[in-house]
Amino acid sequence: MRITGVRLVATTVLAALTLAMGACADDSGSDAGAGSGTDTGSNSSGTIKEGLKVAFLPKQVNNPYFDTSDNKGGKVAVGEFKGTFSQTGPSEASPSAQVSYINTLSQQQTDVIVVSANDKDAICGALTEAKSAGAKIVTYDSDTKPECRDVFVNQATADGIAKSQIKLISDAVGADGGEIAILSATANATNQNAWIEMMKTELAKPEYSKLKLVDTVYGDDKDEKSFQEAQGLLAKHPNLKGIISPTTVGVAAAARYLSGSSYKGKVQLTGLGTPNQMRAFVKDGTVKAFALWNPADLGYLAAYAGGALASGMITGKEGDKFKAGKLGDYTVGANGEIVLGDPFTFDSSNIDQFNF
Amino acid sequence: MAVETPVREPVSPPRATARGLLGSWDLLVLVALVLVVVVGTLTIDGVGNPRFYRFVVLEAIPIALIALPMTLIVITGEIDLSVASTVGLTCSVMGKLWQSGLTSLPALIAISLVLGAVLGAVNGLFVTVFGLPSLAVTIGTLALYRGLAYVVLGDKAVADYPVEWTRDMIAPIPGTVIPWFVLVVAALAVLFGVLLHATPIGRGLYAIGNNAEASAYSGIAVMRTKFWLFVATGVVAALAGVFWTFRFASARADNADGLELSVVAAVLLGGVSIFGGRGGLLGVVAAVALLGTLRNALQLADVPANALTIVTGTLLIASVVGPNVVRMARGRLRRRPPEERTQP
Repeated sequence: MRITGVRLVATTVLAALTLAMGACADDSGSDAGAGSGTDTGSNSSGTIKEGLKVAFLPKQVNNPYFDTSDNKGGKVAVGEFKGTFSQTGPSEASPSAQVSYINTLSQQQTDVIVVSANDKDAICGALTEAKSAGAKIVTYDSDTKPECRDVFVNQATADGIAKSQIKLISDAVGADGGEIAILSATANATNQNAWIEMMKTELAKPEYSKLKLVDTVYGDDKDEKSFQEAQGLLAKHPNLKGIISPTTVGVAAAARYLSGSSYKGKVQLTGLGTPNQMRAFVKDGTVKAFALWNPADLGYLAAYAGGALASGMITGKEGDKFKAGKLGDYTVGANGEIVLGDPFTFDSSNIDQFNF
Repeated sequence: MAVETPVREPVSPPRATARGLLGSWDLLVLVALVLVVVVGTLTIDGVGNPRFYRFVVLEAIPIALIALPMTLIVITGEIDLSVASTVGLTCSVMGKLWQSGLTSLPALIAISLVLGAVLGAVNGLFVTVFGLPSLAVTIGTLALYRGLAYVVLGDKAVADYPVEWTRDMIAPIPGTVIPWFVLVVAALAVLFGVLLHATPIGRGLYAIGNNAEASAYSGIAVMRTKFWLFVATGVVAALAGVFWTFRFASARADNADGLELSVVAAVLLGGVSIFGGRGGLLGVVAAVALLGTLRNALQLADVPANALTIVTGTLLIASVVGPNVVRMARGRLRRRPPEERTQP
């Protein structure tokens, strides 16, 4: 008991000192980083502690995407740093059900909770409570409000997605270029529109001068509407050489239309899709390559980020650096975001290695 | 009295005696609850912790709230499956109003409760005036109200409420970790408990559940009673919607999706007969506590979500079969010769 007391006092004093130093650094505006000593027990150059309890809480269990990220990625990483891995969660993707599981994890004194939020606000209270019980919070795949977690492991940036989509369609269409079109989700989808804008910027570059964007249509993320819109594009633009559909519903519907039409192999298609939806179309030659992120890598990185947080190697502030096993070095960006990297390209050579 | 009691016994409403309040099934549920708490505390890390009960109570509040009027409805032989959609629609409307600049909390709550009353009245009208079966009507409004919730709010969430509102809603009773809102539930439980077990209206509810036609002939306003029960259920579901919105700081059209099943499960497990005429509030309150504690304890023991669903399903079947078995057993005991019955 007395040792605990002494430690408590020591930690408090050190924490107060660090705070004071941090405040000084902020005030002077110079000499940044000088205050971040090793006094607080942080070990920025050290290794991840052994025996950490790391729990993955996906949007829902029994979901192939999350089974891949958690069991093929998170579990592997946790095994590498000798922690205890678990995956838990509700069977339906509801925020209130997630709250109940977060409460359970905080009672179990879990060191790291890696969660994909069903609602960016609804699980905040429970996460804050878990934080105060000592857990480090990593969001992955889907973020909460920044103040409710320590870091967010983001799949890819909008810029990275736009670049990879244009590269893929350019490669598929070939050196002669030609007319291309975009089949998007809904007309007011924020992320889709941001990607489309960046794709236009990308197309303005000299290396893509032979590609000409002639149309953008919206399938509303509905299978039959996307199917009809793809059909309409080809009727309207007889010289169309390629379609980009940066939505999993759209790209699968367009692929289904193309594969059953005379355009198969003549009009190229790429987009953001999942391997299970696109496998048949890659094998029958309708689609050469498409992109998404590798969920296994996403889970792997999230586990390492959590391990680094719980070991005091990083705090989640901008500029923190850590090593994520086989994926290499990562730096925490603004708002505690860690970007996995460029989207992952699936083609006939690798698609059979994935099941989600 | 002595002459008429044996004749009326099988269908008589529970009287305000120890035995009446605590039928044998209620007692079984209470015993099961104590067992879960004791075994859980001894075997699962964290179940003995006060925080465990804070989380259990927070989760159980919406279910407990709606289970109170639902008990009365089921006792009259009807059912209301639209309650969770009423919660969702209330949340959506409240979120929309807040978003459009209505910033008074009392006004938001008042409008929500009135909305709940209207939604309940719609159910009540279809059941009483048009004489439609409540199962069909409320399956219809289950879809209708949820659909309206999506019309109001779409797939957006409204979440920018003042932090005090959401904090105050789940704040503990001073000196404990138990959220104060449980007192609202307790007050309503007493209200509905007195209404059901200690007033002529309550006795009327049992009579309606046992034989609606006979009760109508004996002067009970069957239709009017049922109508107001649906209104009451709507109001309480709306109150659950208010709690839900601020508990999770998020109004969404899909709030409380599927909650009606948890409520019906609790009511049936509490010993209320799905055919009407039998059951009491004490058993239902005990059942809500039992289901909540069991769920959270099993979750703490790392039982996966799928297995939890199986446990709940099994309990539900047991709750429908169980009271009948208990009743049959009691009936058999009663038919035995007296000398055998007195043996220990």
